[in-house]
Amino acid sequence: MSSVWAERKLEFNRDIRPILSDGCFHCHGPDEKERKGGLRLDLESDAFKNAKSGFPAIVKGEPQESEIISRIFLSDDDEEHMPPLDSGKSITVEQKEILKKWIEQGAEYQGHWAFINPQRTEIPQAKGAKHPIDSFIQKRLNEEGMQMQALADKETLLRRVSLDLTGLPPTLSEVDDFIEDTSGDAYERVLDRLLSSPHYGERMAIEWLDLARYADSNGFQSDGSRDMWLWRDWLINAFNKNLPFDQFTIEQLAGDMLPNPSQDQVVATGFNRNHRLNGEGGRIVDEWFVETVIDRVETTGTTWLALTMSCARCHDHKYDPISQKEFFEFFAYFNSNDESGVLAANGKNGFNTPPFIKVPNDEQKKRILELEKSVKDAQSEIKKAEKMMAPALAGWIKEAREELGTEDRAPTLWQKLQNERVVSKGGSTFKKQKDGSWLGTGKNPPNDTYEIRSPFKSKKLSGVLIESISDPSFKGIKFGRSGNGNFVMTGLEVKLEFKDRKKKSIVLKLDKAEASYEQSGYPAIQIIKNASNLKKKGSKGWAVHGSNPSKEKALMAMFMAKTPISVPEGAELVINIYHQSVFSDHNIGRFRIQYAEKKVSSLDAKSGIPENLVSLVRKKVEDLGPEELNQLKKYFRTEVENPVSVAKAKVDQSKKVMDDFMAKVPSTMIMKEKPAPRDAFILNRGEYDQPTEKVGRSLPAALPPLPKGQPNDRLGLARWLVSGDHPLTARVWVNRIWERLFGVGIVKTSENFGSQAEWPVHPELLDWLAVEFAKPSALPQINGKPAQAWDMKGMIKFIMLSKTYRQNSSAPDSYFRKDPENRLLARGPRFRLHGELVRDQALASSGLLIKKVGGPSTRPYMPEGVWSETNRYGNLTKYKADEGEGLYRRSMYTFWKRTAAPPSMLLFDAPNREVCYPKRSRTNTPLQALALLNEITYVEASRSLAERMMKEGGSDIRDRLTTGYRLATSRSPDKQTLSLLQKGFEDRKIHFQEHHEAAKQMISHGKKEPDENLDPADLAAYTITANVLLNLDRVITKD
Amino acid sequence: MNHFNQLLTSKTNLSSAQDFLNRRIFLRNGAAALSATALAGLLSSQKAQAKDPGLQGFPNFPAKAKRVIYLFQSGAPSQMDLFDPKPGMEKVRGEDLPESIRKGQRLTTMTSGQKNFPVAPSIFKFARFGQSGQWMSDVLPHLSKQADELCFIKSMHTEAINHDPAITFCQTGHQLAGRPSIGSWLSYGLGTENAELPSYVVLTSWGTGRPNDQPLYDRLWGAGFLPTQHQGVKFRNSGDPVLYLSDPKGMNRSIRRDMLDELAMLNRKDHLLVKDPEIDARISQYEMAFRMQTSVPELTDVSKEPKHILDSYGPDVLKPGTYAANCLLARRMAERDVRCIQLFHMGWDHHGGLPNAIKGQCRDVDQPTAALIKDLKQRGLLEDTLIVWGGEFGRTIYSQGKLTETNYGRDHHPRCFTIFMAGAGIKKGMSYGATDDYCYNITENPVHVHDLNATIMHLMGVDHKKLTYPFQGRDFRLTDIHGHLIKDILS
Repeated sequence: MSSVWAERKLEFNRDIRPILSDGCFHCHGPDEKERKGGLRLDLESDAFKNAKSGFPAIVKGEPQESEIISRIFLSDDDEEHMPPLDSGKSITVEQKEILKKWIEQGAEYQGHWAFINPQRTEIPQAKGAKHPIDSFIQKRLNEEGMQMQALADKETLLRRVSLDLTGLPPTLSEVDDFIEDTSGDAYERVLDRLLSSPHYGERMAIEWLDLARYADSNGFQSDGSRDMWLWRDWLINAFNKNLPFDQFTIEQLAGDMLPNPSQDQVVATGFNRNHRLNGEGGRIVDEWFVETVIDRVETTGTTWLALTMSCARCHDHKYDPISQKEFFEFFAYFNSNDESGVLAANGKNGFNTPPFIKVPNDEQKKRILELEKSVKDAQSEIKKAEKMMAPALAGWIKEAREELGTEDRAPTLWQKLQNERVVSKGGSTFKKQKDGSWLGTGKNPPNDTYEIRSPFKSKKLSGVLIESISDPSFKGIKFGRSGNGNFVMTGLEVKLEFKDRKKKSIVLKLDKAEASYEQSGYPAIQIIKNASNLKKKGSKGWAVHGSNPSKEKALMAMFMAKTPISVPEGAELVINIYHQSVFSDHNIGRFRIQYAEKKVSSLDAKSGIPENLVSLVRKKVEDLGPEELNQLKKYFRTEVENPVSVAKAKVDQSKKVMDDFMAKVPSTMIMKEKPAPRDAFILNRGEYDQPTEKVGRSLPAALPPLPKGQPNDRLGLARWLVSGDHPLTARVWVNRIWERLFGVGIVKTSENFGSQAEWPVHPELLDWLAVEFAKPSALPQINGKPAQAWDMKGMIKFIMLSKTYRQNSSAPDSYFRKDPENRLLARGPRFRLHGELVRDQALASSGLLIKKVGGPSTRPYMPEGVWSETNRYGNLTKYKADEGEGLYRRSMYTFWKRTAAPPSMLLFDAPNREVCYPKRSRTNTPLQALALLNEITYVEASRSLAERMMKEGGSDIRDRLTTGYRLATSRSPDKQTLSLLQKGFEDRKIHFQEHHEAAKQMISHGKKEPDENLDPADLAAYTITANVLLNLDRVITKD
Repeated sequence: MNHFNQLLTSKTNLSSAQDFLNRRIFLRNGAAALSATALAGLLSSQKAQAKDPGLQGFPNFPAKAKRVIYLFQSGAPSQMDLFDPKPGMEKVRGEDLPESIRKGQRLTTMTSGQKNFPVAPSIFKFARFGQSGQWMSDVLPHLSKQADELCFIKSMHTEAINHDPAITFCQTGHQLAGRPSIGSWLSYGLGTENAELPSYVVLTSWGTGRPNDQPLYDRLWGAGFLPTQHQGVKFRNSGDPVLYLSDPKGMNRSIRRDMLDELAMLNRKDHLLVKDPEIDARISQYEMAFRMQTSVPELTDVSKEPKHILDSYGPDVLKPGTYAANCLLARRMAERDVRCIQLFHMGWDHHGGLPNAIKGQCRDVDQPTAALIKDLKQRGLLEDTLIVWGGEFGRTIYSQGKLTETNYGRDHHPRCFTIFMAGAGIKKGMSYGATDDYCYNITENPVHVHDLNATIMHLMGVDHKKLTYPFQGRDFRLTDIHGHLIKDILS
């Protein structure tokens, strides 16, 4: 290679920057704190100055005078040698010669290529090349003495574009149609068809989900569920409707800030809410707020700029011109979301963390309108009810007078139960005493529950009174059956049940409690609080220990409902008394229960009416003073069922129906800018608790400024990215799509375009494509529609029309040796499919695939224990696979739990989606082989493919095998292949004919039943043949 | 390392090609449509990928340890109740932690709102054990008998204060998700010794001291940005030990063998045509998968272990998914040269009810850990096996919640904690580093998590500064830009 360098003019960006960046910039680059010897080599203005040593590092045209050259050529053990031995950096002999040559040639600097706007380069002349891409590729191949391969055959090509555009293999009829269609534009029409498929958006979404760190869980410790699939649906739709990339960008980064944004545009901002949210107990909110914002900065920087912004979090960037200050100025665009930055309190239970929006579908929208109306209607009833308050009050006063009775006949507040039965669930024995109380004897279990049943004749029920009566048979204070005579009653349930099973039981909703005595820390009101969780072990409750109660014969506690319930005919009163405290044996020992029809205001009340009102009620209405009347009015309004309270209850009821319905309407998290931005500071060493200088929003100086007239906020930033005057955005996207189609990007480091980026293998092509993407001139029409600016479908189709893309992927050995990664593209792309596509393809070829697009995540087969072996927190611990179509949906819909992601996807190099992940590795491991051989999905798909072979492949073995091979590979097998398949099949058929049980087992995997009309031995043998087919290298590979 | 290059340079595995030829079922039965030469072509160039030799130049120097068994105690064991006695605390029982000790250092929000911070002396009794006189408390009766094998580091400290970031930090050198784990780094740098087993295996167990404690996460053994084949393979506690290992019902070994031969021939045929070396690699991965289907069950089958060995690991040894069962598996993996074996035992997060909970945890780990050390030693494996035992941070001397005579809890404490190491290259019967009277701050020889990881790498023959991976323009390494070798503990 040295001779090549000697001949041609060296270029700073291509030849020199990578050497300096890797070997020198760490100490002689942008980071001021790390800078050694006062020397900075990344800036032209500094490189020629005298450094601290007193000599200039570089003297143009004079390598002998250049300190840099003398230092790097020193022997390794020399103290002055650069880079220093302990730095871990080194410069090869060849690189040393290149640096020397460059200085000889005049040491011309260039800015970093990726920070200079791309210019439309001239399309080179290359013989035979018609497509601009081919011209660029062919030119380089000519220099290398290589040739493109012939066009791939039609079957191969159709499979390639189908997988690239929809992620699904072509159907057999699609293959046949394409082969038969000999018209000149047959290929282009296939592209148009596939670009219009609803599955195009699904295929396009896969890599974007990695960048967006999309998941269905919150990450971190408990890793409970969240709902973000509406954003995923937005993404699929955006691709399908070919939203131009500038809009695609603006809506995801700042859709909420657009003027009058549509619901869709707001949903789009979920991109930057897909980050993890920490909900660990003890987390420090300030710390994780900062991490949340930085995650957003990092993700945005990697996705649109392919820059590692967060390298500048703790110090100035070591390689790229981003200072720590600039990092936090960029941070300031993303820190004013209306959020806490951590998981919401109810986030562990699957609720989304604010800000989020509810996104009803059309049907739900209709229902919401109806419900809103019924709330309004109910509210208008309140006004009407107000008018009825005066007569109602008069009526009540009359009723109350009757209830009070005369002076000499006390009213009956509490009534005895009739013919009641008492059963201890724990096995104590209860006997009724003369005074009507029940005394417990015999066994005393640690936590007993008593059930009291009594036929109920009254028309109303308002509450119950429990009397605890001391008994000489008890110890200590003699109220409970424990060692110290205490009890802890933790729960009380009062309800009406009916013999008629169809009638629902009615629970009396208790809301007031009062006791004649209660132990400190153990009030009777605790029993009301425990109502929602009666059986919870370790509850507190009403207890009576202390010196006072021992003097009393009986202690009382009453429990009253807010509103009485009307009692239908045939009701039975059921009362359950719970003792679930941590103190064993603390069960109430002897008790009596009475009930009240009307509300009783307090334990010492003589009637249901408060003492202070009794005299007022007895007065004639006309004798009441205004103050007295007000007192009664107030009581009537707040404590007695009245027209307004009834109307309000109806409003509450319809609101509850509304709330219940809204709870079912899915929500998705969004960005919502606070009215006033939060302050941002430089954080010393990037630590949340070490803020220093306050900074405002600003873009890195090395990149273009904000376009004129744009607001200096998140929206402005989004528009800046796609203004068309930006060096990175278009290049980064074009490079990513190139990487997806060809396996490696034009810039191999698709994740980093900073100065450590690899020099593009076809720099002029990259720039040409980037300019073309933003301002198209040559992009093709799709279904007759002309290309628009930032046209994603247009750019993909454009690439696919090139010969470069369409050529055969097989090539001479020497080509694989010379260019193992296929950077030069002297052959077509050939590499393993993503795990998602491997599975989707198996489902599609076997006919199992459910092609429904969008919707909530699904739960396909997963081995037991993947979620539960390492986590017992949160709501995602017990995985239950779906029963029906959820088993066979496309893999991109598989429920994604970050800390235990779908294992068969991880095995095929999917990231765990904890953070933005710009590029998957592509490995080839035995664990992948095991998954494809043994995972139930593939075994079931093999069986289904076998059924298709038998049912759609005619009756001849070779025809059936041909059908299977075509379904799996989209092409026809040659004779040799068929013979190999036939041999294997026939051997296995003999085996399964002799082993019936094994045959039945082999065809019984998965939820789908095997076709009963097919012979089990036959089907089992074909199933294994299908398993061979689905494991073929060419099946799991795009070629 | 470039996968293509690696494959191109991999040597033909002759014995496996021979195996293939010997399975002449196909030839024996004949296949009329195939010409003899074509068939020979399909059969003869069968290659198998040799075991991954790791990176060139690694190990950087002769390794003291061929393998590491890292016994991670998830949740953070209390150092002052197990290893770092503070007898002076009894005198200040219940008194507030002095500000001169706390020095305004941050607390978790679980206790930062507490009105006071009552000092809670350990209720456990400490004594010196072995000739080396190592301090240990009475909840570790078995381990204390191994005191002379152990090297305690009492001056560990870390940066995170919550579990998720802290355990992620121990495993990957970074608090946030995304970086490769220590086992993945070792696999990447050093490759495998045993091609039929993964180079990095993870085993997990639930503690009985606090049964529903802190969870674990895939990322703790994930490969981050390293090629995914270096991610830890978690052996499962139910079903197949390795995912998808068993053939489906109805399939037997001979059918599997035949179908893999058929698959290989079809792939080989494509390779002759397409020339893509990746096809070759795929064929050998299927062969490897087939062999793993034997080697893994053989590894996990403990039925031939003698009774006295089983007994030594304690009563839980035959219960799959217990720490004891995992310790025995760890020994069997060590015998088979698995490079990095990592156990995670959950249940050490004792915010309340610590005395009882820690007893349960020690019942889980005390005897099996001691047995593992003894067992390795008697087999001569302790000499080249490094053992590390420890959690993600320490616990506070003050009680979280109410302090009583018999009960207390302790909050997270990143400022100091204790771990121990044993085996290859480690000084025996040693204690390194010290903490103040309140077990709150380090007074001598602080050891950062990066230092520990640098030292583990060193013992494995890796200079932690040299094992780097370029990602997003930067050379990343396990120890970030930190890490110092703890020379004083090396034998």
